Amino acid sequence: MRTDVTKINEQTPYEDLTEGLMMFAPGTAKEFKTGEWRTNTPVFLKEKCKQCLLCVPVCPDGSIPYKDGKRLDFDYDHCKGCGICFKNCPFGAIEMREGCEAPDAANTSGEGVKEGQA
Amino acid sequence: MKETLEIRWHGRGGQGAKTAALLLADVAFMTGKNVQGFPEYGPERMGAPITAFNRISEKPIRVHSNIYEPDYVAVVDETLLKSVHVTDGLSKDGAIIINTPKSAEEVRGDLAGYEGRVITIDARGISEETLGKNFPNTPMLAAVVAVTGVMKKEDFFKQMEDSFAHKFAKKPQVIEGNMKALKMAYMVAQKA
Amino acid sequence: MSEQAIRERMSGNEAVAEAIRQVNPDVMPAFPITPSTEIPQMVSTFIANGKVDTEFIPVESEHSAMSAAIGSEAAGARTMTATSSAGLALMWEELLLAASNRLPIALTLVNRTLSGPININCDHSDGMGARDTGWIQIYAENNQEAYDNYIQAFPIAEDKRVHLPIMICQDGFITSHAVENISLLPDAPVKEFVGTYEPEEFLLNPGKPIAVGPYSISAYAMEAKKAQAEAMENAREVILEVAERFEKMSGRKYGFFESYRLEDADYAMVIMGSAAGTAKQAVDELREQGMKVGILKIRVFRPFPEKEIAEALKNCKAVAIMDRTESYNGNCGPLGSEVTAGLYRNKVFLEAICYTYGLAGRDFTTDSVKGIFDQLRTLVEEKKPIPHNQYIGLRTRK
Repeated sequence: MRTDVTKINEQTPYEDLTEGLMMFAPGTAKEFKTGEWRTNTPVFLKEKCKQCLLCVPVCPDGSIPYKDGKRLDFDYDHCKGCGICFKNCPFGAIEMREGCEAPDAANTSGEGVKEGQA
Repeated sequence: MKETLEIRWHGRGGQGAKTAALLLADVAFMTGKNVQGFPEYGPERMGAPITAFNRISEKPIRVHSNIYEPDYVAVVDETLLKSVHVTDGLSKDGAIIINTPKSAEEVRGDLAGYEGRVITIDARGISEETLGKNFPNTPMLAAVVAVTGVMKKEDFFKQMEDSFAHKFAKKPQVIEGNMKALKMAYMVAQKA
Repeated sequence: MSEQAIRERMSGNEAVAEAIRQVNPDVMPAFPITPSTEIPQMVSTFIANGKVDTEFIPVESEHSAMSAAIGSEAAGARTMTATSSAGLALMWEELLLAASNRLPIALTLVNRTLSGPININCDHSDGMGARDTGWIQIYAENNQEAYDNYIQAFPIAEDKRVHLPIMICQDGFITSHAVENISLLPDAPVKEFVGTYEPEEFLLNPGKPIAVGPYSISAYAMEAKKAQAEAMENAREVILEVAERFEKMSGRKYGFFESYRLEDADYAMVIMGSAAGTAKQAVDELREQGMKVGILKIRVFRPFPEKEIAEALKNCKAVAIMDRTESYNGNCGPLGSEVTAGLYRNKVFLEAICYTYGLAGRDFTTDSVKGIFDQLRTLVEEKKPIPHNQYIGLRTRK
């Protein structure tokens, strides 16, 4: 019964689905890139950031990775652009820009982290 | 004896008519019969009239309905004679067994013209004499067995003794009184 | 093995409790409700006396009972519960989840009417109300069948081809509280028959994580339902296989339904539950008078054996279809609807008359059965029409 659920998609015939749509792997939500749903995009302004980390826990999608007590740049594969982090930042270190486009690491002062979380 | 013997019990909630029916099923089962013992269920209300039933047969019993034309009727509480039609459908060739200190002739007037046998048994008196308390079930059961002839006297006594020994394993002192009540009631009913 | 049979007498509830003791399931979450209360009560006593090592979970409602059953079964434990009437109704949402999550939970249902008017006695409105929740449903005529069906429950439900929850039903009070003779099986063969539960996938399985019951968008949900419906189809062969295995152990034969003196019958009655016994008795009496009558007693209601029913009835002149529930649909009860649909689809055309009987404990007697057969006879012989969906034993003005 155990199958590779990543091979199941919206074209899979019913006979090939798992029983009761059981998922045979942990953390499969990561495979599902929700970043393209964004209409607004947060931008991390590293020089203004005091690393208070208030933004990290309020992100509903876990899209602000952090490592060694410091936040890193946004996980744009999953960030839906809700702006909650922007509202919560006391130092104006997050800026919202129109559109879905993730800023080039070069155009911001952030340290680009594209994959995974710390 | 016809293929299936049908008995209807009348009592009041809390008096143990249901228990008596289940006891009768139990002893009949022990003597090799096919049995059915069941009450007519409803909200449990102490003192309200209740009915319980027995079917006893040599063959497997399949019918799952109440009994409307019983061969025998047992009345655990004589006050029911005034409020319940206890003889409804009762076979003329059968009998009604009533727990009362009165004579059969004294109660016949309350039986809607029933023409069959009427057997009265002072189950309360017997129970108080032998057990010191009013437990009319045991004497009533003995009377029903005696009147219906559903099993042999010796088998009945033997089964009841075993069953009391099991039931009262922790207070064997009451076994003797129960057996005495049983035998006394059996004798009275047999003579009636 | 049948020579080892143990001759006993007990009520239907005791019989099911005895089967539970022998099966010794892992977990039983339950909330008591009349007339099934005795079952969790007796299982609790078995636990207290060390007869079983079942984990009993007292819960605050049947909604919680079925929720806990789902959690426990998904975790990998063989799980059962018991309920009646409003208790089953309160489980409704979870019944569907148990089925769609493909969890082989066994529920012993002691049939009692659904309110209102509020009443505690028997009819099939609870089980019939849950007929489309994806559960296998098996109904018993007496304590013996309740016991036998329970022993067959887990082998059916847990079969790889099925993986569906199963409801083992018996009539409240009429069989649940009536003491009757029964033939029990010794513990060892029962345990061997049921086997140990070894689920392939379960939540408490270190190193092999799974998620159960995920949200499903439309692109998947319809496919999931079809797969579930197919499992119910598969249950047909599994039910028969398990019954065959059970017959080898016990000597007692079971199928989708029991045909009683049906082979040459002109008039048939389709009926389910304890009233089938009463009907058989009436059939014997009518046969003695020369009337060719027979009974088709439905045992498996889900999956519904429409093809086999049509085949069994095809040579009859008329059939009475007996529902112990009111569907309030202006037509007839579920048995009436499903049997007639099955007859039509299988091109078996005979007079099929639906009746409603036994609601909320209304008694159903051999005389009731005889009256119905007499109606069928006059319909065929004298072309006397019969009103659709008559109530049996109803008080009316005329």
